[in-house]
Amino acid sequence: MLLATLLVASFVIFAALYLAPGNAIAALSGGRSLPPGSEQVLEQRYHLNESFLAQYWYWLLNALHGNLGISITLRENVSTLIASRIWTTAGLVLYASVIILVLGIGLGIVSGLRRGALDTSTLVVTAVSASIPAFVAAIALILLFAVKLGWFPALGNGTGLVSNIRHFTLPAIALATASLAIVARVTRTAVRTESDREHVQTAVSRGIPARYVIWRHILRNAAIPITTITGITVASLIAVAAVVEVAFSLNGLGAYLVQAAETKDIAVVQGISLVLVTAFVVVNLLVDLLYAVLDPRVALGSGPG
Amino acid sequence: MSAFSLAGETSAPGRGLALLRATGPAGIASAAVLAAVVIAAVFGPLLAPYDPNLPNLSLAWVGPVGGHLLGYDFEGRDVASRLLAGAQTAMLGPLAVVTISVPAGTLLAVTAAWRRGASDAVISSGLNILFAFPGILLALLAAAVFGASLLAAVLALSAAYTPYVARVLRSAALKERSEPYVAALEVQGAPAASICLRHLIPNIAPLIAAQATILFGYAIVDLAAISYLGLGVQPPTANWGVMISENQAGLLEGYPLPALAPGVCIVIVVIAVNVLGERLFEQAQAARR
Repeated sequence: MLLATLLVASFVIFAALYLAPGNAIAALSGGRSLPPGSEQVLEQRYHLNESFLAQYWYWLLNALHGNLGISITLRENVSTLIASRIWTTAGLVLYASVIILVLGIGLGIVSGLRRGALDTSTLVVTAVSASIPAFVAAIALILLFAVKLGWFPALGNGTGLVSNIRHFTLPAIALATASLAIVARVTRTAVRTESDREHVQTAVSRGIPARYVIWRHILRNAAIPITTITGITVASLIAVAAVVEVAFSLNGLGAYLVQAAETKDIAVVQGISLVLVTAFVVVNLLVDLLYAVLDPRVALGSGPG
Repeated sequence: MSAFSLAGETSAPGRGLALLRATGPAGIASAAVLAAVVIAAVFGPLLAPYDPNLPNLSLAWVGPVGGHLLGYDFEGRDVASRLLAGAQTAMLGPLAVVTISVPAGTLLAVTAAWRRGASDAVISSGLNILFAFPGILLALLAAAVFGASLLAAVLALSAAYTPYVARVLRSAALKERSEPYVAALEVQGAPAASICLRHLIPNIAPLIAAQATILFGYAIVDLAAISYLGLGVQPPTANWGVMISENQAGLLEGYPLPALAPGVCIVIVVIAVNVLGERLFEQAQAARR
């Protein structure tokens, strides 16, 4: 299923950009007139004179060997360009995921277990922060923590690990803001639903220690919806990272994709889209695998999907 | 009114009002905020006190003075007027996305649930593949293929949202399909299309309304993000996402208002849509139990 999805997705990416208006030779030459004969050379090198399916086949074979073609604007290997930027995006998404996992699930569990002022204020704060788009969070964070307080740098990647972490903190928070609130709200509802169930009430009334009840009866059962929403939101970060990278001038895959889409650098758009879709599908697969670990009743690869 | 009309069924507008009243004070307040933004979207250019697109470089980054409540932007245009004019693309784009993706998703969901078997399998696996493309990524692809425009972004997001609508509605339609009233109508010889249009879809209408509202909120955020990236609405057209992007330099130079104001507008509208959508969804779920 994973391979089938990726195969069809790669076909869609290739076909969409193949159908894009514009002449491939003109794009390759940058609009300049070419010496006679070089058109044929280009046609042969890029298999332009062959059928659409054959072109897709060559592209896919090359992509599987790590060769994604050449960037028209930068005149460099797309794979090399992607490799030099992939860690910025991966680091950003990972940093934001850690924030979401720790704060989102933590806040959800605490407010799900205790009714009262903390719970109410969590509900209000998360309702607001779930509605803050990443790029709006970005400008608010730059204004407050970079310009007014000067705690963090506003733009750029930084060099060295400590500097990297400082440069990535505001982008990661901007990326995590909305997802964190959604994860916290779903976690809270799941924990609340489980703690209201009869077997939990029975366990409490029998005097079983709270810590045991929480781990064994509440969290174990609440883990499935929490995993679902965390998986969906973390996977969605992969695409939203583009917006955050542009807002903070980070040198990542998403920002590069935006630039390539503007300049119609087709090979780059295809390559990065393929990498991002693959990452998205793999994260979703990992979540499916996690279900089986969390709930032994879930059998992999069978039952109604 | 159909011959099969049941007691207790009210007219569509009456039902809509009752549904809104049931969402409580927060829901009604949210609907009021949205109504105000819709008015701005329709009459914004007329309400705007100054020309939203008239630059005056000698007034660039000038703060609030006199009748200019929010001051001037990087090109010396009135920020308040641009906010009002920007409501148009902020609401029209998401409206178009919902108008395309909700009927498309409903059609796919009801077809899959009605026919089951092979049709269901084909539709479901097609939707699963579409799920592999996040909305923003599909919009970036569309911008690369068709050139940057609001239309390309709207079409891309419509395609990306359709599977979300279809997934939620398919399970509701499957449940509805197995209700005895459907079998009763089939025995009476009612055509499938008429059963679906007159009974099945109206019965899942509250869920469809909730889905449409939730997706409207997502579409506001995604379309503003795409315009912020420079691949949606093109300057000099006033748009909240474009305004944040073109005035972002002001943050570092001590003029944050022209970039912050459209950000606040987006957040307020999205909160209103989310609160309303959540209430409608709770109502729909409660009604189904």
